[in-house]
Amino acid sequence: MIGAMCLGIPGRIVDLEDDRGLRMGRVEFGAIRREVCLEYVPDAQPGDWVLVHVGFALSRIDEAEASRIFELLEQMGELEEGA
Amino acid sequence: MRYLDEYRDADAVRAIAAAIHEATTRPWVIMEVCGGQTHSIVRYGLDTLLPDAIELVHGPGCPVCVTPLTMIDRAHAIAAREGVVFCSFGDMLRVPGSRGDLLSRKSEGADVRVVYSPLDAVRLAEAHPDREVVFFAIGFETTSPANAMAVKVAARRGLTNFSMLVSHVLVPPVIDAMLDAGDNRVQAFLGPGHVCTVMGTRQYEAIAARHGVPIVISGFEPLDLLDGVRRAVIQLEAGEARVDNAYARAVRPDGNPASRAVVDEVFEVCDRDWRGVGPIAASGLRLRAAYRDHDAAARFAVEDLRTAEPAECISGRVLRGLAKPSDCPAFGTRCTPEHPLGATMVSSEGACAAYFAYRADDLVTLGGGAR
Repeated sequence: MIGAMCLGIPGRIVDLEDDRGLRMGRVEFGAIRREVCLEYVPDAQPGDWVLVHVGFALSRIDEAEASRIFELLEQMGELEEGA
Repeated sequence: MRYLDEYRDADAVRAIAAAIHEATTRPWVIMEVCGGQTHSIVRYGLDTLLPDAIELVHGPGCPVCVTPLTMIDRAHAIAAREGVVFCSFGDMLRVPGSRGDLLSRKSEGADVRVVYSPLDAVRLAEAHPDREVVFFAIGFETTSPANAMAVKVAARRGLTNFSMLVSHVLVPPVIDAMLDAGDNRVQAFLGPGHVCTVMGTRQYEAIAARHGVPIVISGFEPLDLLDGVRRAVIQLEAGEARVDNAYARAVRPDGNPASRAVVDEVFEVCDRDWRGVGPIAASGLRLRAAYRDHDAAARFAVEDLRTAEPAECISGRVLRGLAKPSDCPAFGTRCTPEHPLGATMVSSEGACAAYFAYRADDLVTLGGGAR
C-alpha cells in the first residue's frame, strides 16, 4: 500500500537534515523510519506530525482539528444517554 | 494520537453510521472521488453500514487507471531503449499497455525499477551518470509537488541524464466534465482530501456553486469517510450545496502555497486524455519549456504508437461511476489482478482491484460457484 498514489501517511518527525540545500529529515511511521523531504513544511520541527506522500511531507497535522470528531461523538453519546 | 487507529474504532464508526440513518429520508447518490477512499470503503465494508437509500459510487481518482494508453505505450518504448533506467511507482509496473506490462519489458531485458519517491530516481541519476534515468511522473495534484521538486533538484544539480515522462492530471476538470455529462447521477461528492492538502478547498467552491452539489472534503480512514457521508447527507436533505472540510486536521483552506509555487514554476496546465473517460481541456500538467531538457517525451522520440484497448473492459464506465466492477462480465474470470484487462484491476486505488480483494462473495457468485 505504501506506493499508492493518493495515500498520505501520518508520521512523526524524528530529526532534520540539510541535503545540499534540500530540507530533509527522518520521519517515524510506527516502527518504520524513512527519509522524507520537508521543503513544503518549512515550520515543522522534530516531534511534529506530518502527512507524507511519496516521500514528501505535504501538511502538518493539526491536533485540535484531529480531535473534533471525537468531541462530536462524545456529544452524540451524551444526547443518547439523555434521551 | 497516532492519527490512524483512532479513526478505525468500530464503536465510533457505528455511532456515525447511526447518525446517517437518522438524517436520511430520501435516496441519494454520493461519489467518493479518490481511489484510496474507494479502497477504504470496500475494505471496511462501510457501504454496508449505510441506509439502502444511500448509494456510494466510485470516482475517477486513480491516477494509474486514467493514464492514457498512448502514454503507457510510450513509456514501454522508452523503457526498452538501450542505456535507459526506467523508474516508476510500483502500481505502474502491472498496468497493461497495448502489448503486456512494464514487467514484460523487464523480462525482455529492460532496466525497470520501482521507486518510493521521485527523489529516489534523482539519486539513481546521480549514481549512474553513464545511464539515462527516466521517471514516469503520473498522479493528481497530490503528487505534483514531489515530482516538481525532483525536476528542480535534478536541474540544480546539473543532472543532464535525468528526465521525466509527465502525465499529470487535475481533479476539478474531471468533476466538471462528469457533472456536465447527460448521464450523470452523482448528487454530492466526498472530495479528495490529499489533493486538497496541496490545493486547498477554494477550487471546489466554484464547482459546488456552479453545479449545485455539496462537496465534503474527506479523509481516508473509516471514520473520516462516514463523517463525510454524514455531512453530505445533511446538506442534501437541507437542499444546500457548499464545500465542507471534514479533513481539517490535514487540509487548510488555502492548501500548501509553498508547494504550489514550485509546481507552478516547473509545470503548466495542458489538455489531457483520460483513459476510459476521454479528452478533457485544461485537465493536466506538463513540464514548462524552461525544463524541456528534462522532458523524456522530447528527449526520446517514439514513433508509430498503435494502441489497442481490450474491447471487453468497462473500466471507463467504472471510472465515471456509471458501472460497478461486478457489472463486468469479465470481472474475476477473464480479468483478475494476475491477468488484468484494464488498469482498474491493477492499481491499489482501482475500484475493480478493491472489489476483487475484499468482495470474495461476489466473486464466488460471478465465478460460477467455485469455492
